[in-house]
Amino acid sequence: MKPAPFDYVRAGSLAEAHDVLAAEGSDAAILAGGQSLVPLLSMRMARPKVLIDIIHVGELGGLRVEDDAIHVGACVRQAELLAWPDLAKQPLLAQVLPWIGHWQTRARGTVCGSVALADPSAELPLVLVALGGEIVLSSKIGRRSLPANDFFTGLMSTARRDDELIEAVAFPCRRPEEGFAFREFARRHGDFAIVACAAIATKDSARLAVGGVADRPVLREFADASDDALAAFAEELAARDDLHATAEFRRNLVRRFGRITIDEARKCRA
Amino acid sequence: MPRLSVDARHTVRLTINGRAHQGEAEPRMLLTDFLRHKLGLTGTHVGCEHGVCGACTIQIDGAPARACLTLAVQADGASIRTVEGLAPEPGRLSVLQEAFRRHHALQCGFCTAGILMSLDWYLQHKPDPSEAELREFLSGHICRCTGYVPIIAAALDAAQGLRETKRSET
Repeated sequence: MKPAPFDYVRAGSLAEAHDVLAAEGSDAAILAGGQSLVPLLSMRMARPKVLIDIIHVGELGGLRVEDDAIHVGACVRQAELLAWPDLAKQPLLAQVLPWIGHWQTRARGTVCGSVALADPSAELPLVLVALGGEIVLSSKIGRRSLPANDFFTGLMSTARRDDELIEAVAFPCRRPEEGFAFREFARRHGDFAIVACAAIATKDSARLAVGGVADRPVLREFADASDDALAAFAEELAARDDLHATAEFRRNLVRRFGRITIDEARKCRA
Repeated sequence: MPRLSVDARHTVRLTINGRAHQGEAEPRMLLTDFLRHKLGLTGTHVGCEHGVCGACTIQIDGAPARACLTLAVQADGASIRTVEGLAPEPGRLSVLQEAFRRHHALQCGFCTAGILMSLDWYLQHKPDPSEAELREFLSGHICRCTGYVPIIAAALDAAQGLRETKRSET
């Protein structure tokens, strides 16, 4: 349980981080809070040649509301977002944050770091997909924005190129007449979810995002959201048996939590 | 931009319990091992080494955090509190430590240092927590001896003791 050797670079600016990334490509890993990366290093599931520590890059800090979205910089820790007064502008995000890890990991772990890892059962990628958020990527040659749905490409894999880092993520603020609900099942509070469901109800439809089942968070829009429609959706989600739960148990949870969250979201809208 | 090379040791300087410390670390050295092996501060325990058990919890720059999920080089320049900093003087326990002793909130003591460092922070920020809040907060710690009941009792007792101390001071 000791990491394999690597070089360590403490970047002083975004340009410095870009330079190292451009030179090292897939041999480099970005380190911010370290709450996901350091365990992967210790278990030797990740063996980068160089770590680029960006937590001291001032340009990557900061929370702001712009264009009806909450912009979270790469160095913003989960606890910092949770304590931010303007978080109330996106109630789903506010509801979900306390479910991520524990106080002791949220104090260090960053929002963008969890998005970068793209664990299929993590809460923040789920919320980003549910809300139709965006990921801002940048490299030495430029900057681009990707919708969450295009960013998550599979099991812990994303559309980020080796020379890019996540500069910020943007969660759309609550739009009028939207209702939200979130449920998660895990063996212990703070563990990764076995199934997590986030629902958003609008005037004419309901959206349900499901994490922990497929290889990435999956979003579906329902006109009626009947039990049959939910059951068909649960069936489509290519659930797998693993150490933690059977595929059938996961499908059951999707049907049950899907129903509960959609109903709660509708009530919360009313 | 300083690049710390894989095959060299680098000086890490940090403040621990109000005192300046320094030691040599390879980039891959975890803060747990740095505290224990380089600085001899063995009060911080090492359990799972992947952030789940909570035994290594310390306070980094004023917030509870896992020492095993932090590299020593990341902590260069940081201000840290460890369990060695809790007792007000040799031979005397802090209010929280004394409550743990009174309630038998530890048996083997392996998880205790981490739980104390978490609670020390929490009770400063939330002087009057409910039992449910304490249980939620302590979900980041695993104890295999006590069944948690005496830990919660000690924390509630310590919270009351700290409130009374504060009142008598003002």
